[in-house]
Amino acid sequence: MIDQAPVLLVVVPLLAGICCLFLRGQLLPWIWAQITTLAVLGIAIHLLFRVLNEGAVTYAMGNWPQEWGISYKIDAINIFVVLIVAFIGCVTTCYARQSIASEIPRDRHHQFYSMWLLALVGLLGITVTNDVFNIYVLLEVSSLTIYTLVAMGKTRDKRALTAAIRYVIIGSVGASFILVGIGYLLMVTGTLNLEDMARAIAALPEPERNRTVVVAFAFLFVGLSVKMALWPVHMWLPNAYGAAPSAVSALIAATATKVGIYMAVRFLFTVFGPDFTFLSLSTTVGQFTFSCSGILLTCACLGVLVTGIQAMQQRELKWILAYSSVGQIGYMVIGLALVNHAGLTGGIVHLLNHALIKGGLFMAAGCVVFRLGSQRLEDLAGLSKRMPITAAAILVGGLGLIGFPLTAGFISKWYLVSGAFEAGLWPVAAVLLTGSLFALIYVWRVVEVMYFTAPPENAVKVREAPLSMLICTWILVGGSVVLGVFAQPTVALAEHAANQALTGHAQILGLRPGASGDDPVVHDEVVP
Amino acid sequence: MSLFATHANYWFAILIMMIGLYGIIAKRNLIKQAIALGIFQTGIFLFYVSMAVINGGTVPVWFLDEAGKKYAGPYDNPLPHCLMLTAIVVSVSVFAVAIAIIVNIKHAYGTIEEDEILNLEAEAAAGSEA
Amino acid sequence: MKEQLVLRVVAKCLIPPILIFGCYIITHGELSPGGGFQGGIVLASAFILHALIHGRATLHQAFPRNLWATIATIGALIFAGVGTYSLLRGGQFLDYGWIVPSHPAKGEPWGMTLVEYGVGLTVCSVMVLIYDMISEPAEDDPTVDEDSA
Repeated sequence: MIDQAPVLLVVVPLLAGICCLFLRGQLLPWIWAQITTLAVLGIAIHLLFRVLNEGAVTYAMGNWPQEWGISYKIDAINIFVVLIVAFIGCVTTCYARQSIASEIPRDRHHQFYSMWLLALVGLLGITVTNDVFNIYVLLEVSSLTIYTLVAMGKTRDKRALTAAIRYVIIGSVGASFILVGIGYLLMVTGTLNLEDMARAIAALPEPERNRTVVVAFAFLFVGLSVKMALWPVHMWLPNAYGAAPSAVSALIAATATKVGIYMAVRFLFTVFGPDFTFLSLSTTVGQFTFSCSGILLTCACLGVLVTGIQAMQQRELKWILAYSSVGQIGYMVIGLALVNHAGLTGGIVHLLNHALIKGGLFMAAGCVVFRLGSQRLEDLAGLSKRMPITAAAILVGGLGLIGFPLTAGFISKWYLVSGAFEAGLWPVAAVLLTGSLFALIYVWRVVEVMYFTAPPENAVKVREAPLSMLICTWILVGGSVVLGVFAQPTVALAEHAANQALTGHAQILGLRPGASGDDPVVHDEVVP
Repeated sequence: MSLFATHANYWFAILIMMIGLYGIIAKRNLIKQAIALGIFQTGIFLFYVSMAVINGGTVPVWFLDEAGKKYAGPYDNPLPHCLMLTAIVVSVSVFAVAIAIIVNIKHAYGTIEEDEILNLEAEAAAGSEA
Repeated sequence: MKEQLVLRVVAKCLIPPILIFGCYIITHGELSPGGGFQGGIVLASAFILHALIHGRATLHQAFPRNLWATIATIGALIFAGVGTYSLLRGGQFLDYGWIVPSHPAKGEPWGMTLVEYGVGLTVCSVMVLIYDMISEPAEDDPTVDEDSA
């Protein structure tokens, strides 16, 4: 059974999510969900050790050969994202017990946890599958369940409904664009397997002049940008993160867009290959050269700056965090678009660091909402005296967003800035540092209200948040500090993933020794 | 002219997709936006299914000749058809989720016109700050 | 709408053939165009037609809402269960060869048909549930009289 681990990662939460509909009450569905997420975390850690020791792990569904059937493949890039999703899923489920009990009516809990587990099925499935259409199907599974989870926030905040319908429309258009891109690729290559598709595209004479391949790339690019909330097409994100139930915000802020960025890495680096995407595919109009790298960098840099300014203007805590998320996703995309080792390492390690920081911050915001019933900045006055531990969590998380040394945010910014200098793009480095400045301003707004404003006399008397919620918040926020100090393991894993991304395409084509993803991590030097 | 005739299926698929996209962008009623999303996805189904056709191809099922033996002639590619079965299910599910949310919006806001809902939300935001 | 004679008589004549046709589509999914999803929708349309003409209350008398939810869950479990059965027997997930271990090729039709039945049950019950929930009048709507629709 142990070598069925890749499919168990998806099948265990699937069965558990369906069975969860039979459990009634408030505590029983939560216990069921918690046991399932712990099991998934265990399977993910087991797969981590297998990938580190043996190289890539493949699994053929239904025992069909790889060209004809759906296969799952876990290599260095995958396992990083699988760990993020499994760990965040486990911690947010623990947090959800008290948080959801206060936000969702009691007779709906079994439906809520069923949707929760099915969302994890979708997210984990996207990350491990090797089949392009399976990516689309599981993307829609995760998206539909997340739409429903966001809309369930209507009991506390009516805006969750309009946020959810906007998310439905924009997210479905994005996913449909991905479907059109997959259709064009199917026509050109005749296969749906990621590796066969990479070989078939590379076997075409001059793929950058083949109109079908270029149009497929364009549709996929736009669809993936919608799903990972790249700047101009991010409009679904702020309201969805702000109005959703607190545990749902914590889960999706830490996983959904990370999986979107993983999909972009898969398509851009493994299917199309870094040569095609970043070198061959460019057009010159007059004096301007449009290249994929240029477009990604422009969108991401503008995203960092514009959403930083928007975050400074928000009046509610979760909306500040939501606009800040779009900026941080801009950082990750900058790392991707720099296409050198340091930049890619910075982008990939920021997947984990931001997941911890933002997950912890949304959990802390959920603690505030749980006790105060409001997330407006005026109502947070003097929070450091009323809820000291929660306020400290917001402070430490905010330091991580700024990129203060000793926090995980500093590690990713370091690699991103060195990547920008290595590529000779000092404006990008300037944007990264300006983003940190904006983060300093909007974090300072919150910290000033919490620590340096006296609570009004008629303030609601509140105790500290419940212990389970506080522990889960500090697991994530404290984890971001620990990973800022002891950064070596995660950076080594991210470097291996970056190496895999840059060289995986050549390995698939057989231009490099070894089948794709098969180098175990045991040697120290990194092949550039 | 021949560009249109040989690629007529792609032209029509793109036409239907663009009609759907226009509906999503331009219509204010939320149900019309959901229906336009369905039209957009229908254009994509047409695109996939039309790519499966081959010259002289017939349905991908077994036939029986006079002796009762099974045979199959040159058949159309069944793979895009199977993919679109799944995509149609996804489209129906998205429509169902959208309708459920819109029914809840009607209960909560009393209207399903997007501009009226935005006005109500702006009033609520202005009222809560006052 | 049950005062309209034509609607009532035509529905009475059509609903049984619709049900049979739906089951036919589900069962023939592996051999000819059809399958679980399509057959499930046709089955659901028979129930929805009856509910449209005779009122939602009659649907609730025969099939309470919890029953539909339970059938939907059982259908999904049949699908996942077929895959897990071959996992438990030692094969890969959804490997139909393990269903009849002595003769792997015979397991393929069994596996496909069981999956189609599961999907058909789930789709039919989900569609009827969706219709039921969406056509629910608001609590304070005085113009709708549920029993006499």
